[in-house]
Amino acid sequence: MSNIETLPELKEIIGSLLFAAKKSVTAKEIRKTLVGAGKNYGGLYEQFASVRENDILAVVEELKMELIQGSTGLSIADVAGGFRLQNEMNCGPWVRTFLDKDRSAKLSKPALETLAIVAYRQPVLRSEIESVRGVAVDHVLRNLVELQLVKVVARSELPGRPWLFGTTQRFLEHFGLKCLEDMPGMDELKRMELDEDKPEQTESLPGME
Amino acid sequence: MADLLQTEEYKVNLEVFEGPLDLLLYLIKKDELDVYDIQIGRITTQYMEYLELMKILNLEIAGDFIVMASTLMLIKSRMLLPDEERGPVDEDDEDDPRWDLVRQLVEYKKFKDAAGFLEYLEEEQENIFSREGEHVELGLHPDVGMSDVGIFDLISALNQALDRAPEEELGEIFSEQFTVTEKVDVLLKMTGKGRSVSLGRLFLGMRSRQEIVCTFLAVLELIKLNRLAARQDGHFEEIVIEQVEGNEPESVLKEDEDGTDEY
Repeated sequence: MSNIETLPELKEIIGSLLFAAKKSVTAKEIRKTLVGAGKNYGGLYEQFASVRENDILAVVEELKMELIQGSTGLSIADVAGGFRLQNEMNCGPWVRTFLDKDRSAKLSKPALETLAIVAYRQPVLRSEIESVRGVAVDHVLRNLVELQLVKVVARSELPGRPWLFGTTQRFLEHFGLKCLEDMPGMDELKRMELDEDKPEQTESLPGME
Repeated sequence: MADLLQTEEYKVNLEVFEGPLDLLLYLIKKDELDVYDIQIGRITTQYMEYLELMKILNLEIAGDFIVMASTLMLIKSRMLLPDEERGPVDEDDEDDPRWDLVRQLVEYKKFKDAAGFLEYLEEEQENIFSREGEHVELGLHPDVGMSDVGIFDLISALNQALDRAPEEELGEIFSEQFTVTEKVDVLLKMTGKGRSVSLGRLFLGMRSRQEIVCTFLAVLELIKLNRLAARQDGHFEEIVIEQVEGNEPESVLKEDEDGTDEY
């Protein structure tokens, strides 16, 4: 069915998948691919179909180390719950020049502040963000939604059923974060026992631990 | 487009940049005060001075600033009362009228720090590309604010310039000689060919307050349009403005017309 003489190692397969992927790849997706390739090609190719996610994770770690040790200019990063093959940070200026990219625009301070509050407090109401920042955040929040860094995650049960906001996958990718817990001080900033002054909001928020 | 200062529509929307809590933190930091032991009288006075300045600048003072002003006044007045007359006291914390404000400031400060962390990450990510070279691009017009120098640093500089300007003769009516548009042109010429200009020096030799204010508004406008950048090497050092590279030198004030801030 196929004309490959020797089968590659699992490590090579995973490496090639990361190379081909356009966004971060999860261990689950890799496993699905291994199963799929086994079905499509049959025979010898089925031997990787039984690989477990834990094995995949271990192999990715191995790959990571080898990329670093081999000074390849490449690295694998844990981003947004998966893995991403990317260049080493110190090679950035050359890659940027090669791709003919301008320095990308940065988020403003108000935008970053608003984003930080959404990230730590999600799901969060606009009014809650405003009470922390002490200013109206209409404009900034709208921009963040347009940039797909923030999205509406639910509607609260409060009168008027206002929207609850949360961060997106793109948020994690933009900042190179593995997951939300990756942010420093998550426990502390999450949602402190809320103060006496706004109890009616805490009680009715759905989906909060 | 002429006489921008005279028309009511011309207002720099400060609220997009920073709010009353920013201003308070700025004042506290400036005087190296302890956030847990704010001298409320002094802070209130300084806060009101800034509001006054914003009024002079015809900046749109968001309601939030006014609310904070009244909160400060309330705290100040309660501080004057003897303990037993301050009203019911539930917990230890509650007998200091400043406590709510302190708590709000401390919490806000934490998120400001968290925002700083995100900023650092963003900077790091700028040099990282994945296979498609597609790290998240924010597009050409993201929410660019004043990245290097805060609005209050700029206002501080203006304050100094106004202090130096001679008092205008009362009783004499000046015709309006300066416009923001005109000053925009002057500024662009001054900063052309990569020259940088110190903000303090910019105001030297200006005789009328109106000229200073127009110049200042022109600086704000150009920063907002990302034509100029304001830099400051350390806290309270001299602010320097220079042109942002690679921006088209056309239609400077156009963008304001499509009312980016209305909602």
